Amino acid sequence: MTANATRNGAVPGETLRDWLISDRPRSRRQASVGRAYRAWRGFSSNRLAMLGLVIVVGLVLVAIFANLLSPYSPYIGDLRTTRLLPPSPAHWFGTDDQGRDILSRIIQGSRITLFVVVLVAILAAPIGLAVGTVAGYSGGLIDAALMRITDIFLAFPRLILALAFVAALGPGIENAVLAIAITSWPPYARIARAETLTIRQTDYIAAVQLIGASPWRIVLRHIMPLCVASVIVRVTLDMAGIILTAAGLGFLGLGAQPPMPEWGAMIANGRLYVLDQWWVAAAPGAAIFVVSLAFNLLGDGLRDALDPRAAK
Amino acid sequence: MSTGGRGDVRLLRASNALGRFLVVILLTYLGLLAVTFFIGRVIPIDPVLAIVGDRAPEHVIARVREELGLNKPLWEQFYIYVSKVLQGDFGRSVLTSNPVMQDIRRTFPATLELATLGIIIGAGIGVPLGVWAAVRRGRLVDQIIRIVGLVGYSVPIFWLGLMALVVFYARLGWVGGPGRIDVVYEYTLVPVTGLLLLDTARAGEWEAFANALSHLILPASLLGYFALAYISRMTRSFMLNELAQEYVVAARAKGLSESRIIWRHALRNAMVPLVTVIALSYAGLLEGSVLTETVFSWPGLGLYITNSLQNADMNAVLGGTIIVGSIFIGLNLLSDLLYTLLDPRTRTR
Repeated sequence: MTANATRNGAVPGETLRDWLISDRPRSRRQASVGRAYRAWRGFSSNRLAMLGLVIVVGLVLVAIFANLLSPYSPYIGDLRTTRLLPPSPAHWFGTDDQGRDILSRIIQGSRITLFVVVLVAILAAPIGLAVGTVAGYSGGLIDAALMRITDIFLAFPRLILALAFVAALGPGIENAVLAIAITSWPPYARIARAETLTIRQTDYIAAVQLIGASPWRIVLRHIMPLCVASVIVRVTLDMAGIILTAAGLGFLGLGAQPPMPEWGAMIANGRLYVLDQWWVAAAPGAAIFVVSLAFNLLGDGLRDALDPRAAK
Repeated sequence: MSTGGRGDVRLLRASNALGRFLVVILLTYLGLLAVTFFIGRVIPIDPVLAIVGDRAPEHVIARVREELGLNKPLWEQFYIYVSKVLQGDFGRSVLTSNPVMQDIRRTFPATLELATLGIIIGAGIGVPLGVWAAVRRGRLVDQIIRIVGLVGYSVPIFWLGLMALVVFYARLGWVGGPGRIDVVYEYTLVPVTGLLLLDTARAGEWEAFANALSHLILPASLLGYFALAYISRMTRSFMLNELAQEYVVAARAKGLSESRIIWRHALRNAMVPLVTVIALSYAGLLEGSVLTETVFSWPGLGLYITNSLQNADMNAVLGGTIIVGSIFIGLNLLSDLLYTLLDPRTRTR
């Protein structure tokens, strides 16, 4: 960033911090980096949000290095010697009914959790963004029709509908992702539309219109980028819900199929032994809890940092 | 004269709102039916093949196709579907071989009992907690209540249920186990309402009542905690909003006691949006009971749906989805309507 400072013609004697929090940015780059820095300052002073961020980063790292980190194979256990062992120094979280090390399975399962969350976000957020911005910018009949559809989907019970979708499509992690994505885009459309309505009134949109930009160009290049921030905040807040729904589907046997180490499915398996071997179900549930708590903390922090109106 | 005119305008506004409400409700229900129709007819394996098998001769397939009405255009099939559903005809369940509607009638009271006690617990504790957090804003109490809420948002309810069963049922023996009531009492009771607490109390069977309550209390508390997380958070923010208003300052200047200001003035105003929040949570609990019922082997609608799911019993799944969906949508939209009716500010605007 020091390189940026010199490139943008820094005033002599100006520290990096001064450059960042300057009231009069001399370039677009400086303005946006400065804004990001200020948001980060607000965010990082929130200890709980930082904790959430640390856990989420930890989850990503664990998922990347899962193969290096897991001490045993997550798929193959020794039925003869290591079946249903309680937690011990050799198996921190114990072993399951197939003699598999639960810690290793949880580590591998982080990949599935991350896969679900990222895929749902990639599928649902753009749909919501597109519907919301188009509705907000066009107004009139298109707006009314799109928002009516959004409201209908918003009034639906999400879990039950996801259940019905998966029942029809057949169980499996991909179908679970699809079902969750189909039921989770409406809030993003609402947010994007609200943002679009305010942006539409601004002078620079009028200027772009005068230059002769097509509506598509205006929506895609000038409105959508500005809606992304608030949609991202909302997606982060929804991550916990997505994880819980996916785990619920897995628990009901409709998500990831055995022997995949999906956390919800692991709880369903541990349920059979829960009265005597409680650790089989306890550890994966705790993992789900920690990760969704982290996403909630992170989302709260992001909202407070990026949207001062909601910081009350 | 002028008051009469204002009354007319108010009546006109109310009827306008009601008209819009009816259109919305109609469209939303039609949307629900369209989605379930789509799931049931268009996506899955050919229903004809499911009946006759894949070795059936061509003319049998054609006959069954005609009997099921599958050779008609799609919109006509949808029309038939909607008119059947409106008559309460969801077809027959493959699993229980009863009409789906009959199964739903049998299982629904269990879910209703669970969700109702859940929302009573959730609102009964959640509202005071939210008020307390708002009054002590930024203090330790506020932080603790916030954490309690966050945990409620983040914990997988089916896992918490399992762990609670291990602790409170298996280890401590404080509560009854899975199911609604011990087998001993199960057949001595004549179901009138289907709500066990009411039925046992009516019959004066207090032993059975206590037993049913001991089975109900754990799953209901879990659902209640789930609702509490949301309700306390919303109560806090509504109360903060009210406590910042000028009428609170005026009340303080008048010398009213702080507790009177909080409970009689601020909370009463916060109650309007709170009613809608509680209605929404109730709808959420009816839906959220699917997972809880599975954990506690609670013979309600949620367990019925998941059992049918595992046996690919699509009629039962879609029937259950429509019923839960209808109640969910109804409560959802009703809370919108309540909000406009209860809050004078939305009327004058």
